[in-house]
Amino acid sequence: MKNINRRDFLKTTAAGVSICALGTATAKGTDKTLPEDRIGILVDTDACVGCRHCEWACRKAHDLPTPELDAYSDESVFREYRRPDAGSYTVVNKFENEKNPLLPVHAKIQCMHCDRPACVSACIVGAFTKNDDGSVTWDTGKCIGCRYCMVACPFQIPTYDYDRAIDPLIRKCDLCEDRRKGGEKLPACVAICPNEALIFGKKGDVLQIAKKRIKRNPDTYVNHIYGEHEVGGTTWMYIAGKDFGKLKMPPLSLNPAPGISESIQHGIFAYFVPPVTIYALLGLMMWVTKKRKNDKQEKISSENEKEGGES
Amino acid sequence: MIPAPVKHKFLTPGVIILIVIAVNGLAFLAMRFIYGIGAVTNLDNVTPWGLWIGVDVAAGVALAAGGFTSAALGHVMHREHYHDIIRPALLTAMLGYTFVAFAVFVDIGRWYFIWHPLVMWNGNSALFEVGICVMIYMTVLYIEFFPIVTERFIGRMNLPRPFGFLNKPVDRMLRYLDSRLSISMFVFIIAGVVLSTLHQSSLGTLMVIAGQKMHPLWQTPILPLLFLLSAIAVGFPMVIFESLIASRSFKMKPEMEILSRLGRMVPVIIAIYLAFKVTDLVIRETFKYVMVFDTAAWMFIAEMMLLIIPFFMLLIRKVTNSALGLFIAAGFVVAGVLLNRINNFIVAYQPYYDPVKYIPSFGEISVTVGCIALLVLAYRAIVMIFPVISQKRSEIIKKI
Repeated sequence: MKNINRRDFLKTTAAGVSICALGTATAKGTDKTLPEDRIGILVDTDACVGCRHCEWACRKAHDLPTPELDAYSDESVFREYRRPDAGSYTVVNKFENEKNPLLPVHAKIQCMHCDRPACVSACIVGAFTKNDDGSVTWDTGKCIGCRYCMVACPFQIPTYDYDRAIDPLIRKCDLCEDRRKGGEKLPACVAICPNEALIFGKKGDVLQIAKKRIKRNPDTYVNHIYGEHEVGGTTWMYIAGKDFGKLKMPPLSLNPAPGISESIQHGIFAYFVPPVTIYALLGLMMWVTKKRKNDKQEKISSENEKEGGES
Repeated sequence: MIPAPVKHKFLTPGVIILIVIAVNGLAFLAMRFIYGIGAVTNLDNVTPWGLWIGVDVAAGVALAAGGFTSAALGHVMHREHYHDIIRPALLTAMLGYTFVAFAVFVDIGRWYFIWHPLVMWNGNSALFEVGICVMIYMTVLYIEFFPIVTERFIGRMNLPRPFGFLNKPVDRMLRYLDSRLSISMFVFIIAGVVLSTLHQSSLGTLMVIAGQKMHPLWQTPILPLLFLLSAIAVGFPMVIFESLIASRSFKMKPEMEILSRLGRMVPVIIAIYLAFKVTDLVIRETFKYVMVFDTAAWMFIAEMMLLIIPFFMLLIRKVTNSALGLFIAAGFVVAGVLLNRINNFIVAYQPYYDPVKYIPSFGEISVTVGCIALLVLAYRAIVMIFPVISQKRSEIIKKI
């Protein structure tokens, strides 16, 4: 969104809150308290050298077609801004560095694993789950391919196999769910990163590290941890030497992404009180008007009945 | 005036054109199922929803709103005067929702799992609510239509030779169902109205979760209310629009007396809708985005004009009393709400990273237009078989 600013969105939210005051029900699913020791991962774009080994490891870990590691030293891919797609769940992009043109900035993107994920809220069949470890995963067996998660995601992350007629999949980073279940501690990208640009740990600890790095090098970093507060906080967080807008990270509101939508939804339904009330009112109206009509018909002679309708 | 099957030739030059359009659509539809969504549409990871959701589903549901608005007027409020329009409106709604359900089936990638929402629930999802409500409402519409089927066949069962022995039992079954239904029909009629108000509004909630990806001219927490109001506003214009087309196509006298009265109610609802829409623009100060005069702004202006013009037209007696005036005004409202849905689902969807602006492909348009053509053909066939359209007794006898 080019010309929306945070103020607009806060206003929207304020109006939304007043709507949800109508319905007392609170959002359930995505509002649960998250464990303190959930995962956090910091991307230090200043430390990233753009070797793209994480891309290679990610593909390998997810059994996607993977070129040889040597092929990843080819810098020409950086000419175009790339996005994750059905064949790669993470990509690294290169950006200019005004402070030091010789040291370009690299930023890896993947699913942010939001603390209040819009996809979990949106999914029509509830295929997405926000796990206790912080990761957002999904059950492909449930998916009907409606792509509403893609509409909902503020980071435009989930991708879809548009070219498959049968069994097209929604795909995104799953924080190496299978790999970690298999006993590995780290996701493949973090494990392979040669430069400690990716720091994996408990979210609280990782945040402290990020803050410390900014404090120690105020000239290097802008004072903003992207993902600390954006859309209610995310598992992946970023620190950078330049404004995040210049790294093509969307400027997002601090409100949880599904917030207003769920409030409206629960307001309209609020334990089925509104629908049942409308039903009762309409029934009453039907009964009253029917009675009035019958009374009228009794008065009027049977003359009109020849022309009358079927009821 | 009693409802009766229309006696008319089925094939006319217009109908043949419709068949050609439908066949073209079916060809692309086959491609979609053989080669996948990517082969036919211009959708991608940036724009996951396009014409099929914006027009076939969202606008389809809105334009089928005549079913519940006329049911509310005729059955719930017992305004006998309007009974003649209930059946055509019901048929439109029934076919319209069938068309919507089919469009969903086509658009979702894993169509063979379309039944999943029935057993896998997510109460937080607006889409889940829309899906379930539309499914139930479609069933209700079929139940509401059933008496028209029994009316056609009771006492007239005449199956061809080898099945002749079935005539009597089927007749008895129809009579039984008809008598049961006539007692309980009010339950379904009220349910139909309630379900409609629910999913018409939830269809608006759908895009709220897109948050900042949606242009501020359309993104607002009152979207569900705006969707509901605009659906109610387009209900009667749609009834008028197709009633006038049908009477022209079948060379019958338009039922101007009813249609004019319906037309005069429309400005009230449009006014309420516009009041909310404009107030929202002012409160959120989003009117400044109109002054930019970019594509989105122009689309917004077009959408608003298509509702403001008929608002004034329908206030004039001369317009509501003439078939042509009424037709044009109703056409404006229909186009306005159609454009509103297109704007909400396609034009307003402007994500942060959006290198290629989505424009529907020829294949997508073919499928949409082809399905609409099929819908019109089905409507034509059904009104010729079943007693849907009310006609003067003299006219019916004359044609028989």
